[in-house]
Amino acid sequence: MVGKLLMRGLLVGLLAGIVAFGIAYLFGEPPLSEAILFEEQMAALEVPDPHAVEEEAPVSRTTQATTGLLTGTVILSMGLGGMFAIVFAFAHGRLGHLGVPQSSALLAALCFVTVSLVPWLKYPANPPASTFDDTVAYRTQLYFLMLALSIAASAGSLMLRRKLLPQHGAWRASVIAVICYLVAVGLVLGAMPAVNETPEAFPADVFWDFRIASLGIMFVIWAVIGLAFGIAAERLFPGRPAARGGILTA
Amino acid sequence: MADATLAPVFEPTPLPVRDIMPWAIFAAVIGVIAFYFTGLEQGATAVFDGSAIHEYVHDARHLLGFPCH
Ligand SMILES: [Zn+2]
Repeated sequence: MVGKLLMRGLLVGLLAGIVAFGIAYLFGEPPLSEAILFEEQMAALEVPDPHAVEEEAPVSRTTQATTGLLTGTVILSMGLGGMFAIVFAFAHGRLGHLGVPQSSALLAALCFVTVSLVPWLKYPANPPASTFDDTVAYRTQLYFLMLALSIAASAGSLMLRRKLLPQHGAWRASVIAVICYLVAVGLVLGAMPAVNETPEAFPADVFWDFRIASLGIMFVIWAVIGLAFGIAAERLFPGRPAARGGILTA
Repeated sequence: MADATLAPVFEPTPLPVRDIMPWAIFAAVIGVIAFYFTGLEQGATAVFDGSAIHEYVHDARHLLGFPCH
């Protein structure tokens, strides 16, 4: 059963990766190319290093923007889809009176907030040439720490909700859990160190477009996973009709 | 679950945790590899020499929100 769910999660991730590639190509590549243009303009202003060796780019820009981009979005989406299937296996039947598609959609929304939106609020996606090369290890540590704290905050609030359910009922338990979640996330966002490395001349509209495109890509990945997994997994639960309207009462 | 709500809907039976665990470990390995190659390899850290993997997934790395350059 769980193996079948995992297989469907991976396939749904593959689909999400392909759709995400389309969005990334249409909305992400234009600001990304402009950022690289800015990078080249900045490099042209610098005094050339006489010892510099002209390196040949191992991968062309076209490859990066097409097959490379597709490979990246597909690999990450499949990983997310696989892990989503496991989260679903744990959560379905433990979240409330929800049918398979509703559980899947709700979980994907929670995953979008936890894995994508909250880390993005603190450390949003950065286009090329907007950060320092030599701080990448530090920024990566911050990013994954932020991701871990975000997951901890969501998991903690879901456990709290479950604890409060018998005494307070679904609505009040959910409201209390959400308030605790928002306080926890607020504290984490405030406590994590800021990263401000962007050169002053970096075009602000490119920055904005790039970051919104990045958030949109993650939204699309989770939306496809949430909706498609619900359809794909429902057949594995025979004799359990979808809980109509259940999402409003869980 | 004790949240007796109004809708007359099925209470889905949760899958037993011991059935999920082996698959969870398998999925976690896949997930870590996926994150690693799109987000980290030949950037913050490296297993393979050179920069071909980094360059190949470079646009995805930036657009998926991983720290790069
Ligand atoms: Zn880069």
